[in-house]
Amino acid sequence: MKKTPLHHTHNVLGAKMTDFGGWEMPVEYSSIIDEHHAVRNHCGLFDICHMGEILISGEKAAQSVQRLISNDLSKLEYGKVLYTPICSEEGGIIDDLLVYMLGEDSYLFVVNAANKIKDYEWIKDKAYPETKVEDLSDYYAMLALQGPESSNILKQLTDAELDKIDYYHFVEAEAAGVDMIISRTGYTGELGYELYFTAEKAEEIWQRLIKVGEEYKLLPAGLGARNTLRLEKGYALYGNDIDESTNPIEAGLGWTVDLDGDDFIGRESLLKIKENCCSRRLKGFIITGRGMARHGYEIYADSQKIGRVTSGSYSPSLKKSIAMGYLAEEYTEAGSKINIKIRDRFVEAEVVELPFL
Amino acid sequence: MSVRDDLLYSKDHEWVREEDDILVIGISYYAQEELGDIVFAELPEVEEEFETGDSFGVLESVKAVSDTFIPLGGKVVEVNEELLDNPELINEDPYGDGWLIKIDPFDDTELDELLTAEEYTEFLEEE
Repeated sequence: MKKTPLHHTHNVLGAKMTDFGGWEMPVEYSSIIDEHHAVRNHCGLFDICHMGEILISGEKAAQSVQRLISNDLSKLEYGKVLYTPICSEEGGIIDDLLVYMLGEDSYLFVVNAANKIKDYEWIKDKAYPETKVEDLSDYYAMLALQGPESSNILKQLTDAELDKIDYYHFVEAEAAGVDMIISRTGYTGELGYELYFTAEKAEEIWQRLIKVGEEYKLLPAGLGARNTLRLEKGYALYGNDIDESTNPIEAGLGWTVDLDGDDFIGRESLLKIKENCCSRRLKGFIITGRGMARHGYEIYADSQKIGRVTSGSYSPSLKKSIAMGYLAEEYTEAGSKINIKIRDRFVEAEVVELPFL
Repeated sequence: MSVRDDLLYSKDHEWVREEDDILVIGISYYAQEELGDIVFAELPEVEEEFETGDSFGVLESVKAVSDTFIPLGGKVVEVNEELLDNPELINEDPYGDGWLIKIDPFDDTELDELLTAEEYTEFLEEE
């Protein structure tokens, strides 16, 4: 299994580790619930060095990027970040990622760890031959500082005007003496920053943030809390809620697909998909009976199997069992009653509008 | 204290305490630590009977689902109803308020087959 530059740090902290997309990653340090609440109420620090970074630069870089992504590249300018799927010719989601415009001909794709090799090959294959495609994943460390106190904590280490960075924007600045990309993005739904910098400084920056964060009740947080936090906000997780067998329209990501603009891979299929949309949709539901819905559990309505749970967990903020899954069109309205098969029992659930929180 | 001296243990990480003729059963400190925050407990009904090694309930933490296995066969005489609303008691006090069920054993000589605290500690070190 691959290890991040902070592997030793996690061991020292006594983290429980797990395999995530081929990476040995911390699930929790103290308690998923405590770490979850730390992020909602104070701040949490996540090691997300496993994420992949692919740089697309040089000649025809912009054209190459627009050919790859379903979102409208013209929305992007220096200092902005764009969330977008990349799709197959059939409109299936190959990955969902962030695009950073670092310069006129320079775009950084931040991709899911488990998809990095697949993405790199896809991008290399589909980009114009004169465009340069580089895998910089080993170069970059990536930390996520998330929670209402994140700005107060980061301010202690940088002169960058953090309050002037809007959501989905970034600056290149120095923090704790290290050049980094400070990006106001995250996967928790809270105020927060994602930091990209040279992997050699991972340990140093981690320790500085932990130390400065002490008085703000910062906790190191693992993938367990990252999952409950994102699920409460209804954010899709690649490999669970979205994959190549799902398309962005049915996954509720229609806002990331620009069918009126330039051509991109998958556009024609997505035009057809949108016309007949959708026989099923990714929806959220709260389990009203007793039990916890988990990935893969079957969903029933009117004694028919109508789908499967794609993500499910206990919600520490709502103190309820929440889940997402693709539901047949007739059951997608909020308030619809469905049943989740939990072991040998059918447990009632109610469809709600996303996000949960 | 992670292993208590006055209890017997199974290799499935359940503990057993004798209370007169009945046996109190719970999960060990190690087991709750491995599970993490427990958020849901599914327990049997009183009067239900189980053979040694049967699954008698399910505990769910935020990250995992785990069956609980009965260390010796018997009839359930009491269930810890507190856990239905407060499953976190299992994390907070696994050997006390976090007990799961009480049973009337079919054959209490099976107690001899369980691990002593010392043996269980050794078993954990090997795991």
